[in-house]
Amino acid sequence: MSIAPANDQRANGHGLSTAVPVATHAKIDTAGLAEKVTIKNLEFFYGDSRALKGISLSLYANKTTAFIGPSGCGKSTLLRILNRMYDLYPGQRATGDVIFDGDNLLRADQDINLLRARIGMVFQKPTPFPMSIYENIAFGVRLYETLPRAELDARVELALRRAALWDEVKDKLNANGQSLSGGQQQRLCIARTVAVKPEVILFDEPCSALDPISTAKIEELIDELKQDYTIVIVTHNMQQAARVSDFTAFMYLGELIEFGATETLFTTPKDSRTQAYITGRFG
Amino acid sequence: MAEHTLKRFDEELERLSSTISEMGGLAETQLAQSLVALRQGDSEVAEQVIVADARVDALDEAVQEQTVKLLALRQPMAVDLRVILSSIKIAAALERIADYAKNTAKRTIVLNNVTAPPSAVVGIDRLGRLVRTALKDVLDAFAQGDVAKAHDVWQRDEEIDQVYTGLFRELLTYMMEDPRTITSCTHLLFMAKNIERAGDHVTNIAELVSFRTTGHGFDEARPKGSASLYAAGNAS
Repeated sequence: MSIAPANDQRANGHGLSTAVPVATHAKIDTAGLAEKVTIKNLEFFYGDSRALKGISLSLYANKTTAFIGPSGCGKSTLLRILNRMYDLYPGQRATGDVIFDGDNLLRADQDINLLRARIGMVFQKPTPFPMSIYENIAFGVRLYETLPRAELDARVELALRRAALWDEVKDKLNANGQSLSGGQQQRLCIARTVAVKPEVILFDEPCSALDPISTAKIEELIDELKQDYTIVIVTHNMQQAARVSDFTAFMYLGELIEFGATETLFTTPKDSRTQAYITGRFG
Repeated sequence: MAEHTLKRFDEELERLSSTISEMGGLAETQLAQSLVALRQGDSEVAEQVIVADARVDALDEAVQEQTVKLLALRQPMAVDLRVILSSIKIAAALERIADYAKNTAKRTIVLNNVTAPPSAVVGIDRLGRLVRTALKDVLDAFAQGDVAKAHDVWQRDEEIDQVYTGLFRELLTYMMEDPRTITSCTHLLFMAKNIERAGDHVTNIAELVSFRTTGHGFDEARPKGSASLYAAGNAS
């Protein structure tokens, strides 16, 4: 099946988008759902190249939303916009609106450090700092808060418990974080993210370097964390998206092709490109 | 539908569909032969139908094995998932249809030793032909993925139900007029019911043909022709 974009006139030129692409949406039952982040007509540019084309979708509070799509479709780019990671690189810019609790997080005077505390991120490869397990977590907390030692200890323990790692490391908190196994390191990174009390957690391929058991633990963790946080996960593993997410967005060539309830998208997708991708008929 | 990147997945799905087609052809033959046996009062043909049922059962098991393997090894999604799920259900429906044919054949052997009202036999044959044609058409719709054709078959169940209701009344009348026909008419009544049930399974297959392509069955309420049967207090 050819996966050419259905309507490519929007790709002509760059800088100004003329229309909001109409993604195919199955009917979403939004009753009882609160929009935590609302993305409206978002465009993203690496220099002159337009990587995202008129993305509009909502991330619902206490739900997990998965971004899927082939390499280069823009799913990681979209994730990185949500905590302004692109600010680290010159020549990258975003237009449109990303409304986070009523505030446009793309505005120039946004406090990036505070934003990243509220919207935490877990990366593909575990990235523990070269310091003790305890310090890995306390380090981030100290950036935002000054806590008495006992409270800091309690915060570290709570974060490690939330990340289902406490029982495995409670007797060796002074050991180097990098001495842990890959799965434990990833959970340490989740604990580090949780410790600064974010509202949204972004997961960028969090299990791609992990074995199936560690993967299952992370997935179970995501399922628990969503009671307190809004979760966004980018994954190449469609079964993982199906297992952990409530909503799924399928992206292709920088466009949002289809967004809907995960169970609908994986059983009766509306767009033929979504169907081709999730059934392995792609390309 | 484009091919899977993984060719073997396509081959396995193809194999599943051909097993269903083979099973469908066999079930159709069984139903046809059971009607031949009834029409001609031929116990030998009836025996053949009874024996051949084991082949349908074996194919049903083959479908189950293939689907379990596909589900476990391929983690199918969307249309693939629907094709596999509907295959299990279509196989189950075909297995039931063949079972009803076998049951009809068994009763034919019994009937050959008693006197049955000829016009009732003709009525059951007519009912059987309607169901057999519907089965043939739904199998074509399955093979071609033709939802419109499946919908046509689905709508025909009303006629089948009406013919069954007529037969029910007719047989009841025979029994009231001449109690000596009660044995034969009871067998004929069961046969009629079996064939009518086979027709219901054909209707289910029609819905599954739609489901595998579109993700849903036929939304309207299915036309029902036998409501008066129950309203009259003559529940079968």
